[in-house]
Amino acid sequence: MTLHSDIARAEAAAEKLYELPKFGNVSLLHMTDCHAQLMPIYFREPNVNLGVGDMLGKPPHVVGEGFLKAFGVKPGGAEAHAFTYLNFVEAARNYGKVGGFAHLSTLVKKMKASRPGALLLDGGDTWQGSGTALWTNAQDMVDACKLLGVDVMTLHWESTYGADRVKEIEEKDFAGKIDIVAQNVRTTDFEDPVFKPYVIKNINGIPVAIVGQAFPYTPIANPRWMTPNWSFGIQEQGMQEAVDAARAEGAQVVVVLSHNGMDVDLKLAGRVTGIDAIFGGHTHDGMPAPTVVTNPGGKTLVTNAGSNGKFLGVMDFDVRGGKVVDFRYKLLPVFANMLPADKEMADFIDKVRAPFIEKLSEKLAVTEGMLYRRGNFNGSWDQLLVDALIAEKDAEIAFSPGFRWGTSLLPGDTITMEHLLDQTAITYPWTTVTDMSGEMIKTVLEDVADNLFNPDPYYQQGGDMVRVGGLQYSCDPNAGMGKRIDNMMLKGKRIEPGKTYKVAGWAPVSEAAKDSGPAVWDVVANYLRAQKVISQRPLNLPSLKGMDGNPGVAV
Amino acid sequence: LAEAAWNKSAFDAKTLDTAMSAMGAGKPVESADVQITAPDIAENGAVVPVGVVSNLPNTEQISIMIEKNPNMLAATFDIPAGTLPDVQTRVKMGQTSDVYAVVKADGKYYMAKKEIKVTLGGCGG
Amino acid sequence: MRIRAAAKEGVTEVRVLMSHVMETGQRKDSSGAVIPAHFITELTAKHNDKVVLSAQFGASVSTNPYLAFKFNGGAKGDKVAVSWVDNKGDSRTDEVQIS
Ligand SMILES: [Mn+2]
Ligand SMILES: [Mn+2]
Repeated sequence: MTLHSDIARAEAAAEKLYELPKFGNVSLLHMTDCHAQLMPIYFREPNVNLGVGDMLGKPPHVVGEGFLKAFGVKPGGAEAHAFTYLNFVEAARNYGKVGGFAHLSTLVKKMKASRPGALLLDGGDTWQGSGTALWTNAQDMVDACKLLGVDVMTLHWESTYGADRVKEIEEKDFAGKIDIVAQNVRTTDFEDPVFKPYVIKNINGIPVAIVGQAFPYTPIANPRWMTPNWSFGIQEQGMQEAVDAARAEGAQVVVVLSHNGMDVDLKLAGRVTGIDAIFGGHTHDGMPAPTVVTNPGGKTLVTNAGSNGKFLGVMDFDVRGGKVVDFRYKLLPVFANMLPADKEMADFIDKVRAPFIEKLSEKLAVTEGMLYRRGNFNGSWDQLLVDALIAEKDAEIAFSPGFRWGTSLLPGDTITMEHLLDQTAITYPWTTVTDMSGEMIKTVLEDVADNLFNPDPYYQQGGDMVRVGGLQYSCDPNAGMGKRIDNMMLKGKRIEPGKTYKVAGWAPVSEAAKDSGPAVWDVVANYLRAQKVISQRPLNLPSLKGMDGNPGVAV
Repeated sequence: LAEAAWNKSAFDAKTLDTAMSAMGAGKPVESADVQITAPDIAENGAVVPVGVVSNLPNTEQISIMIEKNPNMLAATFDIPAGTLPDVQTRVKMGQTSDVYAVVKADGKYYMAKKEIKVTLGGCGG
Repeated sequence: MRIRAAAKEGVTEVRVLMSHVMETGQRKDSSGAVIPAHFITELTAKHNDKVVLSAQFGASVSTNPYLAFKFNGGAKGDKVAVSWVDNKGDSRTDEVQIS
């Protein structure tokens, strides 16, 4: 495996990577799911991203070597590192950190300079995921996005700051600068629109409609009490009506800025007509090429642009005779070492972090192994969280949500409070301790497994499996609802349906669980301070059934 | 107030078959001309929007039933001439269930069904 | 009741939000006693004096019931009235003008 270890070669690689020839006359830049990561970070892509049913082995459900083959990515280079988990630690040390708004800003400016009129679309999950975003009530990200030059955005985790805060930002901070679009958000009483369904922007004389699709399952995956008067859902019919209305208004290009998750977008693209491209997010799939979906009206491109500020999607359309006739697409990785920091953005970030630096920099422990989260089942970061919960709460079992955000650390790195907040910074961070029957534990695992492995994407919510500590189980993703989870064991003994177990957890969605216990970062910080050194620990993974040969898993 | 008296035996029925027969629907045939608009996953099991459209000529009545509810018949709408066979309401659902739309058109009964999932929630990408 | 009635291209769309507990009779209070069933059973909507919809409800309809339907005709300023009765014999009628 050849890695670029000297600066000259890295610079040459950068030049090649970011010298993207302009094509056509309408360009759209797309970022999504940055999860408030203003600073460069490490982010390891998954080695488990299972597809079942019709999704078996199809993008995004390919990992590792299979991923490189599926997209024709050269093994061993910078892009192979950006798109896969392969050889992660060595490659990360070689290529350095990814993302960071100062570096992203340089890339956005470079692309906008070569593509006059290009717009920057933000797919959401932008305001949540860091200590500073939480402590400033999203203000750091709101200001950073204005500085970055975002033109249009849609929503998911944004809603966990509450409906009033979202509307305040839309009406004050974003007025005349950034449009929030979401055709699928309506009031719960008379189903009135809450946001503009779409906007039409003139790019080089061509009317381009951007239709918004917020995360359909926000009131289910996140606390409903934060947006009690808003209803979401996929709203396929509403999408068709919005697309038709935009076309009737004269749009020659219609794109959807979506937070559906990629499997949902692929299904939607096959059923709704008149969409040229769906720019997708939520499932954090960094896809080097769009999937082309055929529907009764023609073809729709479906992209997904990864997460954590690691990528910028560049779509160039050739629009002639009132329609898109050709396209070029590239998902550019943002390597902080290959893109100089934009001065203005770097200064802004320094300023916004200054009041919190001391708190963020607290050294909690040193990790001997790599820490990461992303993957269908426990990552090493999650393992650490559930181990900490069991120890600090004196519980038998711990659950941690299958979030797809959360940055990675390399062996030998110091775990700071900032890193811990990268895994945990949410507006409902309370820890819980619950006496749960064995039967209830099974119900919880089955419920989440169905959200992940239902063969119909419209019944999926797009997170990963709940992370589990203490309890072992087997999982058959191909089985039906209620039949996937089996062989639940605790310390060598079978879990009994009628017996009660002490279960620790965090991030409760019910209103009744508000303030149920101290914030998870305080609980885990106590554990880390006491441990000082975190050894590399085995992952508590389920034994999988029926997944042999699935290109969505590599061990 | 309403023309027909409240159909107690249909609303009290504990099985789908009993409810159907109390409505005089027998075993309705599945029809693609009956369409249910409802979420795939309920945002709130206490308030699940369900809409029914019938494309069958001379639709006289539309009923909504929730298979796993203790009382499965939720509502029956009588559609007089001049009113469109297109109604929406919101129902309670205790658990994941098939929802049935039963349509009476030209004296015959037809139906469609759709699964609506009720989930515990909490996850995220 | 909150009623909206709007005419467009020869069709009037009526949307109604009623205020009612819609108690199922299946729930228990904190002392374990069954809370008696209390729900709307019948509903009628009239355009001027013509019945445009009649409905029967069971306890599975949500608290504060919602109803939407469409009828042919209806002009701006016409009256739409909605009435309900519940299983305890309470009743209510409200009306709006078509906009
Ligand atoms: Mn998301
Ligand atoms: Mn996300």
